[in-house]
Amino acid sequence: MCTLFEGGENLNKFNLFDNELIPKHEILGEDELKSVLKRYKIEREQFPKIKINDPVIQQIGASVGDVVKITRKSQTAKEALYYRLVIE
Amino acid sequence: MDTIPSIPKRISAIQFGLISPREVRKMSVTNIIAADTYDDDGYPIDMGLMDLRLGVIDPGLKCKTCGSRAGECPGHFGHIELVAPVVHVGFNKTIRKTLRSICRNCSALLLEPSQKKDFLAQLSKLHEMGHLPDPVINEVFKEARKTKVCPHCGTEQLEIKFEKPTEYVEDGHKLTPTEIRDRFENISDDDVKVLGMDPSSARPEWMILTVLPVPPVTVRPSITLESGQRSEDDLTHKLVDIIRINQRFQENRDAGAPQLIIEDLWELLQYHVTTFFDNEVSGVPPARHRSGRPLKTLTQRLKGKEGRFRGSLSGKRVNFSARTVVSPDPNLSINEVGVPEAIAIQMTIPERVIDRNTELLKMYILRGSDVHPGANYVIRPDGRRIKITENNKEELAEKVEKGWIVERQLMDGDTVLFNRQPSLHKMSIMAHQVKVLPNKTFRLNPAVCPPYNADFDGDEMNMHVLQTEESRAEASILMQVQENILSPRFGGPIIGGIHDHISGMFLLTRNENCITKNEALELLRKAEIRELPEPAGYKDNGDPYWNGKQIFSQILPEGLNVEFPAEVCFKCETCKKEDCEYNAYVVIRNGEMVKGTIDEKAIGAFKGIIVDKIVKKYGTEAGAKFIDDFTRLAVRGIMKTGLSFGTGDEDISETAKKNIKQVLDDAEIGVQELIRTYEAKELEPLPGRTLDETIEMKIMQTLGKARDETGRIVGNQLGLENSAVIMAKSGARGSMLNLTQMAACVGQQSVRGERIRRGYAGRTLPHFDKGDLGADARGFVKSSYKSGLSPTEYFFHAIGGREGLVDTAVRTSQSGYLQRRLVNALQDLEVQYDGTVRETRGVIVQFRYGEDGIDSTKSDYSKPDNIHKIVEAVTGRKVN
Ligand SMILES: [Mg+2]
Ligand SMILES: [Zn+2]
Ligand SMILES: [Zn+2]
Ligand SMILES: [Zn+2]
Repeated sequence: MCTLFEGGENLNKFNLFDNELIPKHEILGEDELKSVLKRYKIEREQFPKIKINDPVIQQIGASVGDVVKITRKSQTAKEALYYRLVIE
Repeated sequence: MDTIPSIPKRISAIQFGLISPREVRKMSVTNIIAADTYDDDGYPIDMGLMDLRLGVIDPGLKCKTCGSRAGECPGHFGHIELVAPVVHVGFNKTIRKTLRSICRNCSALLLEPSQKKDFLAQLSKLHEMGHLPDPVINEVFKEARKTKVCPHCGTEQLEIKFEKPTEYVEDGHKLTPTEIRDRFENISDDDVKVLGMDPSSARPEWMILTVLPVPPVTVRPSITLESGQRSEDDLTHKLVDIIRINQRFQENRDAGAPQLIIEDLWELLQYHVTTFFDNEVSGVPPARHRSGRPLKTLTQRLKGKEGRFRGSLSGKRVNFSARTVVSPDPNLSINEVGVPEAIAIQMTIPERVIDRNTELLKMYILRGSDVHPGANYVIRPDGRRIKITENNKEELAEKVEKGWIVERQLMDGDTVLFNRQPSLHKMSIMAHQVKVLPNKTFRLNPAVCPPYNADFDGDEMNMHVLQTEESRAEASILMQVQENILSPRFGGPIIGGIHDHISGMFLLTRNENCITKNEALELLRKAEIRELPEPAGYKDNGDPYWNGKQIFSQILPEGLNVEFPAEVCFKCETCKKEDCEYNAYVVIRNGEMVKGTIDEKAIGAFKGIIVDKIVKKYGTEAGAKFIDDFTRLAVRGIMKTGLSFGTGDEDISETAKKNIKQVLDDAEIGVQELIRTYEAKELEPLPGRTLDETIEMKIMQTLGKARDETGRIVGNQLGLENSAVIMAKSGARGSMLNLTQMAACVGQQSVRGERIRRGYAGRTLPHFDKGDLGADARGFVKSSYKSGLSPTEYFFHAIGGREGLVDTAVRTSQSGYLQRRLVNALQDLEVQYDGTVRETRGVIVQFRYGEDGIDSTKSDYSKPDNIHKIVEAVTGRKVN
């Protein structure tokens, strides 16, 4: 646990997304999820996975079974979308 | 992608165990008692080694177990009831360790109950974490062996010696397998667990065999020799021996033979069973065939390079392939490969007889198999293959009609795969068009050497002849050389000019040389050029002449526009572009070379901008034609003037020599001065460095500068007419550094980036004072390769050279292993038609290939250059 700072409350919490190397993660809504599944013609299990205990997942509060949308910066494509299924 | 492949079942675990006598009998279809194979009529003997219940190999017979015929029946195990138990050699070490760990009286594990519990806890923990139990098990054996008196029954333990495999001597008494088995049977299940075995799948007494499984006949088929005699497999021979001894043993024991004879027979039985499993056990003489050849038994089938794993599963030999040395031929197209006639005669392509080719195929058959475009076999509609011989060729040519297949010999224009190991990337196997040539080597255009990483110092390559229409179509669309000019690794050409192609084009295009009509025609002879352009001018006698740029322009496609600085560019502060006074800025306008010099930057493999542009703008065919044309033009261009190099080309004038000596002497003085300030403690350390590091860096810097300075002197001295300079500057081969080392000064030798310091105490060699930091005492080589090195310099050079050799050896093995791991991890990934990258279960790995979904070979280095060009071409406005 991080105890680098002194004073104040909630010392152990800091926002992961303040770091520029951590891309945007958001929980996919039911409708958008449906359209993504349809676009790639896949089942949920065919998404890449991410563990529930991943710090990013904990911060955005996703639960097992959710699909998160990750918006990454890309050198060649400017922005690249990625999806991951949250697992145990 | 309309159906997604369903997620297949996964193997969650594999359990290994020992096979119990009960299981052996259960899987056995018959007891084998007869040591014979076939009766006098050639029919398998009942309960013999070829019993029909064990499976069938003779066509026509039916398996008595499954009812299938030969080929379909997988074969079934039988068993032999051993009269007395014998040791399984494969477990001789485990048997020894177990014997030493248990009580000779009560078979209890020789450990205190607390110790036992401790080990069990450790084992279950390791199992939980998924680690191997081996270290703990070894500890168990080690601890148990230390115990001299059984903690359970108080019996004193005796030393067990292990003299030969399968022979255990306890205090001078040889333990019989029966005794060992009795001891093992009494070990409790709990103790077995501590010994690292799972008692439900591996009881220790199962390491002593009482019943021997007999492998199915399908794994040991007999072959019928041409004389009609049957020849049995080595395993069958071994089984015959085992059954014979087993029988004799039984008879002797029943007759109450003396103990000595029984013991001899028991040992003999043990020997035969041992060699049945492994015929290369040290300490056991190998069983031999009548001819004296050692038998190939079970272990020998699996082990080694020729064994089942390395020889049959990981690697296989293939038909329709050929291998020989490669040599260059710049007159071949890059898409071609020269195949020796001797190979073309051996390799065949099956061609189905149809109306339109009947006459042609008949002609091939009539030529027979000895005259080149001939045929070697015909296949009748019923599938029979008939070899074409001098005697039957007329008859076969007569008979051939629709429905037959003729295996004709390899001919010009056939598509084959060509390969050079190590096959590290997809360009290591490419499709070529055959060109049958005399002599004994494969010939290829040197421009395709880079993707294969081939040279002609004895390299051998493989050729595979494609056998079906589909494979030929696929290969020529996807794998043909011209389709691989651009490498997906960096999006540029990996096929292009090397060595003489570059120096040849450089010599041809750099000056405003006078080329007469005859010379021009000779240069362009192979390039399908039918007309020469307007001459560049006329000589005094009225004869027209052309220059090299005009000649080169003839092989450029119409409408090509490129501009770029050449390899020889001096990288001036502000490039004057077209007006470059060194002729180092290439301008091609509308397929016409206007300015500059053609060198590595223009046509070289990896760098060639013109090659890149032509492939991207005009397609792969035009690209291949351009490469073909310039390789032919270049070799003729270089022959016009010739290009040679010898020690004489490293000669420099006396003044230059003096200058070089001056530079080196000055550097030496500089170094001495540095050392003086260092020893007087006047030297300022560099930020973040110790004083020792600082002096080393400063000395290295001074000496490096001096070497570079001598290089400049040599460069100026030799000038652009020197062949080594031409090759270095144009990028054909070698560098100015190589030339400097040959002509002026070899420079500092280093180990791990530092000056050489190891050797004797405080000095590198006894020739120097202790603590001498001077240039020559620490591996600076003042001499040039041409002048020769002094003994100490020579020694330092050898030290530096050795490091280079070790480095390359280590690097290749490391990068080879890294490559292997990467390939294994990524081999099943596939880019789908929807642009996603998926693995075999359909799980997505990338939602868009490479994030941007772009094929690097079509992307112009990820720059919007092309769009700018199009905008400029349409609107006439320059965009950036
Ligand atoms: Mg070689
Ligand atoms: Zn069968
Ligand atoms: Zn005991
Ligand atoms: Zn320039």
